[in-house]
Amino acid sequence: MTRREKENIRTGLLFISPWFAGFLLLSVYPLVATLYYSLSDYSVLSPAVFVGLENYRNLATDPIFWKSVYNTFFFAAFALPLGLLVSLTLAILLNFDLPGRGIFRTVFFLPSLMPMVCLAVLWQWMLNGDLGLINNALRPPLDAVNALLGTNLTPPNWLQEPVYAKWGIIFTALWGVGQAVVIYLAGLQDVPRHLYESAEIDGANFWKKTWHITLPMISPVIYFNLIMGLIGSFQVFAVPYVMTEGGDGPERSLLFMATYLYQNAFDYWSMGYACAIGLVLFVVILVLTILATRLSARHVHYEGN
Amino acid sequence: MPTASLTLPLKVLLFCCLLVSALAFLAPMLWMLSTSVKPLNETMTLPPVWIPSEIQWRNYPDAIAAMGHFWRYAGNSLFLAIMTVIGTVTSSALAAYGFSRVEWKGRDKVFVILLATMMIPFPVVMVPLYGLFKSLGWIGTFKPLWAPAFLAGAFNVFLLRQFFLTLPKDMAEAARIDGCNELQIFWHIILPLSKPALLVVAIFQFMATWNDFLGPLIYLTEQKDFTLALGLQSFQSQQGGTAWHQLMAASTLVVLPVIVLFFLTQRTFIEGIAATGSKN
Repeated sequence: MTRREKENIRTGLLFISPWFAGFLLLSVYPLVATLYYSLSDYSVLSPAVFVGLENYRNLATDPIFWKSVYNTFFFAAFALPLGLLVSLTLAILLNFDLPGRGIFRTVFFLPSLMPMVCLAVLWQWMLNGDLGLINNALRPPLDAVNALLGTNLTPPNWLQEPVYAKWGIIFTALWGVGQAVVIYLAGLQDVPRHLYESAEIDGANFWKKTWHITLPMISPVIYFNLIMGLIGSFQVFAVPYVMTEGGDGPERSLLFMATYLYQNAFDYWSMGYACAIGLVLFVVILVLTILATRLSARHVHYEGN
Repeated sequence: MPTASLTLPLKVLLFCCLLVSALAFLAPMLWMLSTSVKPLNETMTLPPVWIPSEIQWRNYPDAIAAMGHFWRYAGNSLFLAIMTVIGTVTSSALAAYGFSRVEWKGRDKVFVILLATMMIPFPVVMVPLYGLFKSLGWIGTFKPLWAPAFLAGAFNVFLLRQFFLTLPKDMAEAARIDGCNELQIFWHIILPLSKPALLVVAIFQFMATWNDFLGPLIYLTEQKDFTLALGLQSFQSQQGGTAWHQLMAASTLVVLPVIVLFFLTQRTFIEGIAATGSKN
C-alpha cells in the first residue's frame, strides 16, 4: 500500500466515523444483545439470566403469539398488493397530459404527510360504526340493495368487529400511499417517450404499451417500493395501537407482532420474551426480502449495467 | 405517456377517474376540518352535515386547554425536531463524503453494510436500546430521542452520497492542488453545492421526528415531557372517543406545521421523495 492509499483510508474512516459509531452502538450491539436476551430471562430491572431456548419453546406454544403472526401476515398480504395497485394506478393516471396534474398529485400526496397518531385518530372517526363517514357512504347503496333483494345488509362496526377490524387498518394504510405515487410518477416520467412513439407506429394499444414498456421500465422502482413497503408493513404498530387506545382490538384482532413485542417488553417487562419475538420478526423480514430480491432478479429490468 | 393518440371521450373519462380518486383522498381531510369546527351535537347528526350551522372556532382553544400541556408538547416536539435535524445533517453529510469523495480500499463493501442496516426494524432493537439508555440514566429525558441523530442515519447517508457522486471532481482537485485538506474541501466546496440535497434530508428528518410515536412512547415518562404526537394520543385515550370535535381540532393542530412546511418547500420536497426511488 502506498502512503497515499494509507492516508486515504485514514481520511475515509475519519469522515464515516460518526456513522460507524452509530453502526456499532445502534445496530451491532442491539442485534447481538437481542439475540442474547432472547435466550435469557430478562426484565431490565435485574441482570439477564441465561435460560437457553426456553423463550422460543414458549413462543411456539403461545396461541397469542401465533395470533399476532397471523394478523401481521394478513395485514401485509392485503395492504402491500392493494397499495401497489392503488399507487401505480394513480401514478399512471397522473402521467397522462391531463389538466390539473399538479393539483391532483398534491391531493394524493398530502395524506401521507399525516403523523401516524393523527392518521389513527382521524380514521377511528372515519370508521365509527354509527357516525363515521365510511358507513354513511355505504348505507345508501346497501339500502338500495336491501330494497331490491329484500335482504337486511348493514355496514359493519369496523373497529369493533374481529372480522372487519384489520380491514379498517388496511383502508387507513391505503389512504397514505401518496409517497409511493410520487416515486412511481418520477419513474414513469423517466421512461423515454420515443419507446411509446415507436410502439404506437407498430399499432400497440394502451394495455400493450403498459405491459411491454411501462411496467418493465419502472420495475426497479416497483422493487424498491415493494421492499420498503414490506419492511414497513411487518412493523405495523402505531395506527392500531392508537385506534384501540393502547389495546389490541376485539378478540385481539388488532394484535400485531410489534404490538405483542411492545406489550411483553413494556407492559409485562418480559424483555427476554419480547426479544425472541423481535428476532422472529427480523428473520421474517429478512427471508421475505431475500425472496423478493431473488424473484426480482428475474423480472426487474435495469437500464445499462 | 403522451395523450396525442387519445380521443376526447377517453380523455374526459381518464380525467373523471382522477377527479373521483382525488375526491376520495380529499374527503377524510375535509371531514376532519369540518368536524373540528362543529358544535358537539352536530358531530352526531345522521346523515352527517358537511357545513355546520355555525363555525365553532372555540373548539381549537378548548382542545388546547383540554390537552393540558399543549404548548409544552409543541415546544418539546420543536426542540427534538431541531436537534435531530442538526445532528443528522452534519453527521450524515460527513459520512456521505467519506463514502463518495474519498477513494479508500473497502469503501464500497462497507457501504453495502450501511445499506443492509436500513433493513433492521426499530422494534427489533428497541429493547436493548432501552436497556442501554436506562443504564446511562437517560430514560425520562429527551436524550435517547436526539442523541442518536448525531450518529448519522443510513438512509440519509445514502441520499447524500448519491448527490455527492454527481458533483464534478475538477473543483475539488484544484482545491487539493492549492493545498486544501479534505475537511476544507468538504466545507467550502461540497456543502455549498449540496444545499438542495441537505434541505431534503433536513425536511425528511424534521417530519420523521415530528411524527415519531414509538420512540417518545417508550422513552418519555412525564406527561409534561410528551411530544405533540404522544400528547395527542394521550388526549385521545382520556377522551375515550366522545368529543370528536375537539379531537379533530387537536389533530388538525398537530398536522398543521407539517402541511405548512410541505407547501413552503414543495418543489424540493417532491423532488426529494422522487429521488429516493429512482437512483438506486
